[in-house]
This record gives sequence, structure tokens and C-alpha cells, in this order.
Amino acid sequence: MGIDVVSRPPADVPQGDAVASEARDDHALAAARDDAWPGASAEKRFLRYGMMPHMLCPGCGHGIVLDAMLRALARRYETLDDVAFVAGIGCSSRVVGYVDACTLHTTHGRPLTFATGLKLARPDLEVVVVTGDGDGLSIGGNHLIHAARRNIDLTCVLFNNEIYGMTGGQLAPTTIPGAYTSTSPKGNHEQPFDAARLVEAAGATFVARAQSFRTRDFEEIFLRALEHEGFSFVEVMTDCTEYFGRTNRLGNGADLLFSQARADVAIEADLAGRPTLQEVPARPVRPVMEMGVIHESRRQTLEEAMGLVEARS
Amino acid sequence: MSERQLIQGNEACARAALAAGCTFFGGYPISPSSEIAELLARELPARGGVFIQMEDELASMGAVLGASLGGRRAMTATSGPGFTLMQEHLGYASLAEIPCVVVDVMRGGPSTGLPTSPAQGDVMQARWGSHGDRATVAVAPGDVQEVYTLTIEAFRLAETLRTPVAVLYDEVIGHMREGVVLHEPTSEELGRRSGPRGPFSPDFLPYEPDEKGVARVPDFGRGYRFHVTGLMHDERGYPTSDHTKVEQLLARLERKVDAAVDAVAPELYRLEDAKIVVVAYGIVARTARAAVDALRAEGVPAGLLRTRLLWPIPAAALTDVIGRADLVVVAEMNRGQWAFEVERLAGRHVQLAPYLRAGGSVITAEELVGHVLRVSTKGARV
Repeated sequence: MGIDVVSRPPADVPQGDAVASEARDDHALAAARDDAWPGASAEKRFLRYGMMPHMLCPGCGHGIVLDAMLRALARRYETLDDVAFVAGIGCSSRVVGYVDACTLHTTHGRPLTFATGLKLARPDLEVVVVTGDGDGLSIGGNHLIHAARRNIDLTCVLFNNEIYGMTGGQLAPTTIPGAYTSTSPKGNHEQPFDAARLVEAAGATFVARAQSFRTRDFEEIFLRALEHEGFSFVEVMTDCTEYFGRTNRLGNGADLLFSQARADVAIEADLAGRPTLQEVPARPVRPVMEMGVIHESRRQTLEEAMGLVEARS
Repeated sequence: MSERQLIQGNEACARAALAAGCTFFGGYPISPSSEIAELLARELPARGGVFIQMEDELASMGAVLGASLGGRRAMTATSGPGFTLMQEHLGYASLAEIPCVVVDVMRGGPSTGLPTSPAQGDVMQARWGSHGDRATVAVAPGDVQEVYTLTIEAFRLAETLRTPVAVLYDEVIGHMREGVVLHEPTSEELGRRSGPRGPFSPDFLPYEPDEKGVARVPDFGRGYRFHVTGLMHDERGYPTSDHTKVEQLLARLERKVDAAVDAVAPELYRLEDAKIVVVAYGIVARTARAAVDALRAEGVPAGLLRTRLLWPIPAAALTDVIGRADLVVVAEMNRGQWAFEVERLAGRHVQLAPYLRAGGSVITAEELVGHVLRVSTKGARV
């Protein structure tokens, strides 16, 4: 537990609850860390240590995704003063609290609405939306397609773990057919959304799908999404070991990561020699999905159309 | 602009928003409020502001709150069904202390109800519509001129208290045309947001209250890095479930809105020696005034307390006036929403005889006179 999500700090730096309970010790801790690690990478400086210990479960892929996002941001920004993270409700949405930026933890399903208002109020800010599959595709599905239609210059990362983690493992609109959840005790009989294709059809001008398994690929894709002018959508496959993994007996965090690899058409050839997902008859196996940048085009953004920013070429 | 102009209530509201420095409107069409959005869709972009029609009322409120955090004076306008959909985000704005103005042009309800008929059915929704214990501010203009002045005041209260402020009026006021003076507000009438004490430092506490109990939250993108959440939070803005801190936070949020009571005083009309007190607001207060005049002409000692603030309830003024009365008649266009509050404040010696109407028509002065005479001859000491 504690701040293991990045790496272990020196022993004289307070950890865990002692950190969280002291009003300002997070900054002291960050300073101590920077002193202790002169070469500490930029993304570590972007973490908000006062919010630690984090609430992610062992084996959860969300920390891997956040780490890659911070690496990409570090390649683009010296500080996060002008970067706003906007998130909804759910495990994925909680990660914005761990970023030392302007962070807005909104209501369930509605981060894109807050982000729309913020971006139109301050078009100069980099606004990154973090949402989950329940938050972004179920309760907030309407806002997702409208943000895509408007082509507002937001970067939306949808953490897809195929289940409602925070509420205890219920069925999501992304749960694969046959999968068991606490509200699909006989297996899911609904077809899941293909989020990337949905958002592309709605008008997004940058659409990609990536994996927590291939974190460097995700980092590159997220950086391109940040650079893209217009609505950028990145669906990132990440695993819920505690609910999805256990309920469906898919093994531990590592097993689930490799199951992502198995489901990636782009890297199928790569798989020889890697451990395979434990195969249990009648248990769901991830379908093969396209990974990488699925769609990229240029169209007038909402801010350009409204005259809030100079029209770019 | 100081000459009188003949304009509609909804137009007065939109003009007031512009005068109050509103530069962001996010809304969704709904009768009988749509004229506000239509006017601002024309006027805001021309003045460097932003107008956006969102996909629904949840999105409208979300966009308004995002824009407000981005430093804009932001508003939306709606009617009952839309106001219902906004309630979750109104609760969010209260807890996260994000200023905004929400205009609710009330129509008959529940449900789709009477889309183009007047009502005052959202009084309790404005108070208790969102879950949990939320301190709220709601003003209730009584004519088109007051729609203008109280909308400006709503912005001042929202910005200075960092809280959502509702402007509640009914369809008749929204669509009625009257001569109005559109004065330019002074800097005191505009007010300013509470902000951080100094530049960003490691000790920066965005939710540390100022002397008025208002959080010192800066706008996003001004060099301050901080966290905003709908979870209960400490002064850092970080989530907490510490019971003492949560109790203190809720108490502070409740206390800070009391400032609205002094700012928006009720109108006391012919109350000096009144034994029969009519309590009304909005459109009903106009006919109630005529009823009081008619009763006085008959020698009946009637007076009117016209509240311009629904929430927080102006308890001191009410109890003072009620304490000297024999008969109190709350007249409102619902099944008895503010009447319950007045009943709660009234002593046992007072006879209460509310006159209520929820069918979609305005209470007339004649009906009200008839009601007062009927009730008072039955037992009140007149």
C-alpha cells in the first residue's frame, strides 16, 4: 500500500496514513522526495502525495495507465498549472485526485459536461477527461456522443475494465457476453458497446484504443491525443482483478494483463512464448479487438467555430 | 441606459444577466423560459461571452459549473422538469462552492404538467430538491422590474457567497411586459468572488473559509493547483470522512447563506396596525396588494408581507409580523409549500388560513378579499 504506485521513497520519509492525516505534509514529502531523488522523473513530480495512500486494488491496471499519462504529459509540459483533469465517479475517475494539477472530480457520468464548460471558458487550458466504462458509456453515454459531435478540443481517456468496480462488481455496458458479475449471476446476455467505434461514428476526430498491457504504446497514443486539435478519445483496456478477474476466475493481475495481449490483433504474432490466460471452459475470453489509432481526421473544432480561438489550418 | 423600456420578464432576466457580467450561458430549451436562452444566444457571443445549448439539463448545469470554475459568471435558465434534472449538480455546486445562477420560470407540475401556465410549485424543490442537507438561496421577484434587479442581486449573492442561487418566478411574470429601467449596476451591486489570500504556495488551502465563512477557491488556470470534489472534503479540498470536519463543513455552508436574509429584505405593505397579514411572493403578491387595498377600503386592518427571498427563509421579519397578527393568510400558487414554513414559524395564537391554488391560473384580488372576509368573520378578532 502507500505510495508504492510510483516507487518506494527513502525510509525517513513518512508514509501511509501519517501522510494523509497531516494537512500540509504532502508538499514536504514531495520536497523531501525531490531532494532524495535528484533525478526523479517529471511524472513523479506530477503526483499529489498528500492524497496517498491511493484506493486502487492490488493488480488494478489504473495506476499503470495513470503513470503512462503522466509520462506523456511530462514530455509536453514543465508544470501542470494549465492542465485540468476532469473526472466523473468510479475507480478510474478517482485517479485524477492523485495528479498535482487543477483537478475536478465531478458527478457520475457528467465529467464531459463540466469539461465542456471549462474548455469554453478557458480555451487556453489543456483539459483532460478521465472516465470509466460505466461513467462514460452508461450513465454518461449521451454526453460522450455529444462531445464527439461537437469536436470540442478535449482529450478523453476512457478506462475500460468491463465492470463497475467501485460499487462492487456489477454489470457494465462493456462487460463481454457470458461474463459473470454480481448483477449477471448467470452470465451477461447483453452485447457490449464498442466504445471506439461509437465515438468515431458520433464525430470524434481522434479515436484510439490501447491497453494497460502495452503501456509505452498507450503513452505514445495519449501524447498524440493531447496534440490532436479536436475531440480525442482513447479507450484503454485495464483490468479489475478484484471483481472481474476473481468472479470469472481469470487469474491474477498478471494473467489479466496477458489476456489483454491475447485480445490484441496487432500483436498476435508476438505471443509465442508468453504465458497464456488460464482457459476455463465456459468462461468468457476477451474478443479480439483493434488496437492503436483507429481514426484520425481534421475538422473545425467547437472553439474555432465559436470564434474563441484562432482557426488553425 | 436609464430610460424606461417595455420588455418581457424573461428579457429583463437576460438583460440583467448581461448587466451583471454573465459571460457564460449553458442551457436546454424549455417553456416558459426559452426566451432567456434565445436572447443570450444573440447577445453573449457579440460581447465575448459564450452561449452553448447543451444536450440536456444535467449537461447544462455541468457546463455552467465548469465555466464558473474557469472564472466566468455563469448561468442557466429552465422550468420545473429541467430544474429537477439539475438538482444533483446544484447539490454539487453547494458542496464544492461553485458560484452560479439558475433561473426557474415555474410552470404547473408535477411532471410535464402545464407547460405554459403559471405556478409556484418549485419552492420546496428549490429548498430540498437535491439529496442531503443543502443550504440554498432562492429569490422571488414580483414584477418585471424586480426580475431585473433580483437577477443582478442573484449574481452578487452567488459570487460573494460562492453558492448556487435560484431565481424563481412564474410563467406570467416571465411573459408579461412592463416598463422597466435597466440601470447599470454599481461595483457594490456586482460584488466579487472570494479568492485566495496570496500566490500559490505549498500551504495553499482552497477550502479555507474567509471571515464570512466562504471558501477561498481560486479559478482554474491561475497558477493554483488544487482539487475540487463532490465528496466531503477538508480545507485542502481532499476527500475526508472525518465526522467532525464534515459536521463543521455542513454547518459553515448553512451559516454563510444567512447573509442573503439581510441583503434581500421583504416588502412590508400597510402592516403598521395590521391584524390580518397576507403573506405572498411573486405574481400573487401583486393581486394580494390589491386585495389589501380593497380590504382597507372596507375598514379591515389588512397588510401584506411580500417576501423577495424564499430561501433562506427570512424568519425574523416573518415572526415579527406574524407575532402581531390575528390572522395570517399565505397565498401561493401551489398546494401549500411556503405556507408550511410560515405555519412552522407562527405561534399558537395566530389563526392560519392559507389560500392555495395549483390549477394553472393566478389568484385574483377578488378571490383573496372574499377568502379573508369569510375566514375573518368566522373567528379572528378583527
